[in-house]
Amino acid sequence: MTTSTHQTTPVLAIPTPVARAATAAGAALTLGSTFLAWTWTSEFPGDLTVTGYPGGLQVLTLIGAALTLLLTLSGYGIKGLRWLTPGGSNSPVRLAALGALGTMGFTVGAISVELGGVVNLEPGAWIGLVGAIITVAASLGLPHDQNITDTTEPTALERFLNSLRAPTPGRPKELPSWAEILIIVAAFGIGLFVATYGIDTAYPELFVGYLIITGFAVTALFKAGLMARLSALTTKYRSIAVAAAFVAAAVFPFTQNTDQYTLIAVNILIFATVALGLNIVVGLAGLLDLGYVAFLGVGAYTAALVSGTTASAFGVQFPFWASVLTGAAVSLVFGVVIGAPTLRLRGDYLAIVTLGFGEIFRIAVGNLDGVSGPRVTNGPNGVPNIPDLNFFGYNFGESHTILGFELGAYANYYLLMLLAMILVVLVFSRAGSSRIGRAWVAIREDETAATAMGINGFRVKLIAFALGATLAGIAGTVQAHVQSTVVPEMYVFAGPVPPNSAFLLAAVILGGMGTISGPLIGAALLYMIPAKLQFLSDYQLLGFGLALILLMRFRPEGLIANRRAKLEYHETDQLDVPDETLAGTTSGTTKAGA
Amino acid sequence: MNTMTTTTPETATTVLDASGVTMRFGGLTAVRNVDLSVKAGEIVGLIGPNGAGKTTFFNCLTGLYVPTEGKVSYKGTVLPPKPHLVTQAGIARTFQNIRLFANMTVLENVLVGRHTRTKEGLWSALLRGPGFKKAEAASHARAMELLEFIGLQDKADHLARNLPYGDQRKLEIARALASDPGLLLLDEPTAGMNPQETRVTEELIFAIRDMGIAVLVIEHDMRFIFNLCDRVACLVQGEKLVEGTPSVVQADERVVAAYLGTPFEGAPGADEVAEVEAAEAHSTTRTEGETQ
Repeated sequence: MTTSTHQTTPVLAIPTPVARAATAAGAALTLGSTFLAWTWTSEFPGDLTVTGYPGGLQVLTLIGAALTLLLTLSGYGIKGLRWLTPGGSNSPVRLAALGALGTMGFTVGAISVELGGVVNLEPGAWIGLVGAIITVAASLGLPHDQNITDTTEPTALERFLNSLRAPTPGRPKELPSWAEILIIVAAFGIGLFVATYGIDTAYPELFVGYLIITGFAVTALFKAGLMARLSALTTKYRSIAVAAAFVAAAVFPFTQNTDQYTLIAVNILIFATVALGLNIVVGLAGLLDLGYVAFLGVGAYTAALVSGTTASAFGVQFPFWASVLTGAAVSLVFGVVIGAPTLRLRGDYLAIVTLGFGEIFRIAVGNLDGVSGPRVTNGPNGVPNIPDLNFFGYNFGESHTILGFELGAYANYYLLMLLAMILVVLVFSRAGSSRIGRAWVAIREDETAATAMGINGFRVKLIAFALGATLAGIAGTVQAHVQSTVVPEMYVFAGPVPPNSAFLLAAVILGGMGTISGPLIGAALLYMIPAKLQFLSDYQLLGFGLALILLMRFRPEGLIANRRAKLEYHETDQLDVPDETLAGTTSGTTKAGA
Repeated sequence: MNTMTTTTPETATTVLDASGVTMRFGGLTAVRNVDLSVKAGEIVGLIGPNGAGKTTFFNCLTGLYVPTEGKVSYKGTVLPPKPHLVTQAGIARTFQNIRLFANMTVLENVLVGRHTRTKEGLWSALLRGPGFKKAEAASHARAMELLEFIGLQDKADHLARNLPYGDQRKLEIARALASDPGLLLLDEPTAGMNPQETRVTEELIFAIRDMGIAVLVIEHDMRFIFNLCDRVACLVQGEKLVEGTPSVVQADERVVAAYLGTPFEGAPGADEVAEVEAAEAHSTTRTEGETQ
């Protein structure tokens, strides 16, 4: 590609060796400062008063600074560190530096605001802040990883944004397969650690810092090309990667001492499972369902009514497997009953009608109280006292000690919910990559053309709708036992507590439509942010609105893009270039940039 | 009233038989009492000025519209008025304005075309038995074969929307062929193509005919249609004006009149000839402008 030959100048005009040295020095300074005291009183959560070892937000800053330092050293071409940056070598440094500055700056700001003035900062904090600023400024003097191909003179903002971009890495060196599998396992181990750290954050400041540093660090690793390497490995050893992911998820309750955070994790799992079910309907078949939470409610109410609680109108107690099947079957029936008339509509009309049905469910359940209608659901009071599950004498409501680890009640439900999620993931991936999955996507793309290709549009859409409903129903049966009470107000269109229809849809869109990991990450974020940052409560929905608008502007395919969406949004002009040439060019640019 | 001549022997089986097809939209009659038959191994052209009802007629054949009157039968059985059942019966089509599944890959587009010829439902996809794998492998093999046939095998993993225009047209044909049709309906397959691409498409359609698939093609490019077709029918204002061999249709004054306008009564004088020529020149520039 000859158009990109002219070199884009760095954002700040600093000689490259000076810039690199200053970046490393700044990062080292910040790193060192985290071992000093940042404030004089332990009133600020996390106790940042200790000289000698880092605590709380200092740890996060330490991680950011250490990552910056490592990536910078990798940019020097030091042997043994070069594997860190197979893609871009300078843009990840900038991102990591921004992440370190972000946590550092946030900490300094939070200390000043909460304790009333900058006077509360100890010298250590100033050293760290100065170090972080030096790092960012110097990193902006590093060359770009790829040049701006546009012929017009780029503005400062364009140059800054371009300085954060990086080419995709070339082909990796072949490693022995045991090493590759080890890398996958290590990666999921780190993933587990990061996720656990996030769920376990004890105070809002730490969670904000966590969000900042993970956001920047993960982006930096993407730009460095490590994520591309990892995803290549996970595709190669697909089954091992999937198993590793679920083992990592299953290990989580064993890392917890109390039920406090396990409850959060269970709720995230329920939310994520339902979001993944919705992803079949919305992401694959393209049916905008705004009342999806109703199917979760159908499953939960069914399980509640057959659970043997005294509040149930039916005096029956099904074993759990039977109540799961009943819940799934009832949801399936509801899915078909609601889908059959509504799926003849397209687009916006379908969205409005499903929104209506979602509300009809909630209001109907609220009225089946023996006054406005037959007594089935106790109306607004819901069905309380749902007993804990009992599998062959293993009571889910009690603590059990397994392998020396104590598993609390929620840990049991967590593991059960994980099984439900595995089922949904399996259904999603298998259905998605099959004849029926292709038919769904075809319907989403162009319904007229799809029917002209012999697809029975109505039938295929109804299958998607009913399948989505069934999966939500299964999640609902577990949810009923976790919550031990079901009330109509849990199944609203929009509300402060997920899962509700709006949040489910937001999780799918935020995470990435049509992917498996997208809705999981989206659901985790959407659950944790309100749960951890309770001081936001009034501004939460405003915040989500803003976040979604920004996302649609800058990353329309969601946080995790599926293969198709990635091509759809970011590959508009280069398909005629054979792949080999493309790889050749990128490695060439990398060399030129380093 | 219609001149009926065919070059194919009378013994060939009739693939498509449309009789008395009429389509009304409220007070507007878009297609009026059209009869058309296509025999096995035949390439039949359908021409007519813009708005003559060609595409509406196509939609009646493929079940997208339910004809107000008349019936359409395929190999002797009357077609149900549902597009997917028509495709299942053995009629595949392409669209005038390309309607690929833009965000699916080239290979996936063709695989969707295989839908009617495969049976694996949701359960089979979830349980992934040996039958499923065999069927998937067979579908992939057939799809790749078709991509090789149209010459897009190297672009199997590209998104359909990113293909060049001519390749998108070809891909639409491959997708239609994937349903193993007995009759292929092509709606302006060379619209927007340069002469060279048009020639390639011509070869492609002959090759499809040689595979034993009858072809019914709508086209405005007269040279293309008269080279290609065994028989041509001309629709004007919803009615079939004339049907016959290319030479018959080409020579028919009414066809010329329909395209270019009727000259005044009586023998054309020098003025009128000049006028016709002017109109001809105008119409060619117009069609060129449209195809851009």
